[in-house]
Amino acid sequence: MSIRLEHINYIYSQGTAYEKHALKDVSLEIPQGQFVGVIGHTGSGKSTLIQHLNGLIRAASGALYYEEKNIYDSGYPMKELRSQVGLVFQYPEHQLFEVDVFTDVCFGPKNQGLSAQECEERAREALELVGFPEKYYRQSPFELSGGQKRRAAIAGVLAMRPRVLVLDEPTAGLDPKGRDDILEQVAHLHAQTGMTVILVSHSMEDIARYVERIIVMNQGEKMLDDTPKNVFSHYRDLELVGLAAPQVTYIMHDLKENGLAVQTDATTVEEAADEIVRALERET
Amino acid sequence: MEMVQARELIYEYEKRDDEGNVIGMNRAVDGIDIDISRGQFAAILGHNGSGKSTLAKHMNAILVPTGGTMWVNGRDTKDPRELMQVRQSAGMVFQNPDNQIIGTVVEEDVGFGPENLGVPTDEIWKRVEDSLRAVGMLEYRTHSPNKLSGGQKQRVAIAGVIAMEPQCIVLDEPTAMLDPNGRKEVIRTVQELRRRRHVTVILITHYMEEVIDADQVYVMDSGHIVMKGTPREIFSRTEELKKYRLDVPQATMLADELRKRGLPIPRGILRKEELVEAIAGLPGFGRRDKRQTLRQE
Repeated sequence: MSIRLEHINYIYSQGTAYEKHALKDVSLEIPQGQFVGVIGHTGSGKSTLIQHLNGLIRAASGALYYEEKNIYDSGYPMKELRSQVGLVFQYPEHQLFEVDVFTDVCFGPKNQGLSAQECEERAREALELVGFPEKYYRQSPFELSGGQKRRAAIAGVLAMRPRVLVLDEPTAGLDPKGRDDILEQVAHLHAQTGMTVILVSHSMEDIARYVERIIVMNQGEKMLDDTPKNVFSHYRDLELVGLAAPQVTYIMHDLKENGLAVQTDATTVEEAADEIVRALERET
Repeated sequence: MEMVQARELIYEYEKRDDEGNVIGMNRAVDGIDIDISRGQFAAILGHNGSGKSTLAKHMNAILVPTGGTMWVNGRDTKDPRELMQVRQSAGMVFQNPDNQIIGTVVEEDVGFGPENLGVPTDEIWKRVEDSLRAVGMLEYRTHSPNKLSGGQKQRVAIAGVIAMEPQCIVLDEPTAMLDPNGRKEVIRTVQELRRRRHVTVILITHYMEEVIDADQVYVMDSGHIVMKGTPREIFSRTEELKKYRLDVPQATMLADELRKRGLPIPRGILRKEELVEAIAGLPGFGRRDKRQTLRQE
């Protein structure tokens, strides 16, 4: 089971002066249960890419298979796809609208046609999954802190029990603790449910810490698709397209240039610390 | 005279229910004293809801204190007669670039501020050109802002502020919505302005790396200033920062991890160069080279 893209092309405002080829011949496969990061500078096509995953926009050419069925075939149950592939947009809290958090989270399952009781069960389950405190269930979503609002919004998507969760910059605008909390929760969710998680982020440090695979987008093309270690070893190429490696990767390279025999592929602070200690011990 | 000064600053607002009845008071800023001198680069850190944006909005009188006093360039922001002067002294840049650009052409947008101040036309054009050059966007002067990247839009927003020739710029999370490149562009622009024009800069951010060069860092929590010091002093107190939901730059984090593993790395490391130097000074480092040199001899 997977999502598979074959030669996907997408063109914005086709036939006008503003025509823009946003996705160029993108092919990739994401197996069920993977934790994938998508990076790329503004305008690289990463948001366009993820909007294809639940059929929100339709490719100009190419095919997209969800569980081996082409979603562009006539009669494909698009509605079902949208409840299977949950998309959490940037600043999702701007889409909260109900009188209280609990009712807001119930909205998705209600739309799927579930009974009131089932909706409530789903909402409770989803709010628990994101670690939303029960005492705020009946609060207006507009009175919550930034981090709590974001949790409530993510719960709204989880309540539809998607098998694939796509998060577009879920930590933008949050304070460092809020950032860590949300990502820890997502990692926990991934481990607990076996859900596929696709994380779009501008933070190389966050991406390095959590995902098992990184897709790098540049000018509408898939530029790299590999493990974090391999992707960040191309840090010079990443810089050319407006990205970077996590800061620790640079520190490791500098240490090596200064004569310490370290492996330079560390991408997290802990890995880097362990490797520096090992390298120093090897030398003494 | 300080550029920005506050004494016992308080900002309170009413909390209302759905029917609009007052159900309580909320104190977003609670008795703050602050002194930011001319030409300083001050950074304000604090978690979401700590009151830092509320404090910033006092600096160009978008909000006026409900208690205590805020002076900008020596003028009391509560005094309606001083409003224009206050706004001209302190310009503000916000988080979302799309909310603060109004012109359909870049140069028109930048000219909007000085035009509103009643600056003569020739002078407006001169200022537009100077400001766009200062942020490195002169070649885009006839472009539509819609087609610019986030970082470029923020630089246009900054140009729009400096065209009013303020002595102080307040930036409220100007990089929160930008990609790594855009973030770098904006921070570099701000530093350049400070160096060349000696503008006072007050930066609010969630990115610890951006405040390394600040003269003074303030940490806010529940409406109070709870920590104050140079970046080196502030980032030596990792545990305390964590308590306030904040963090330290990655080089500092790695230094902490190495210290935990028993390596004698000094506290207060902020930049990667400092860390590399500290590690290079450790016993063991480069010994293999020495052995090799000896053998060759």
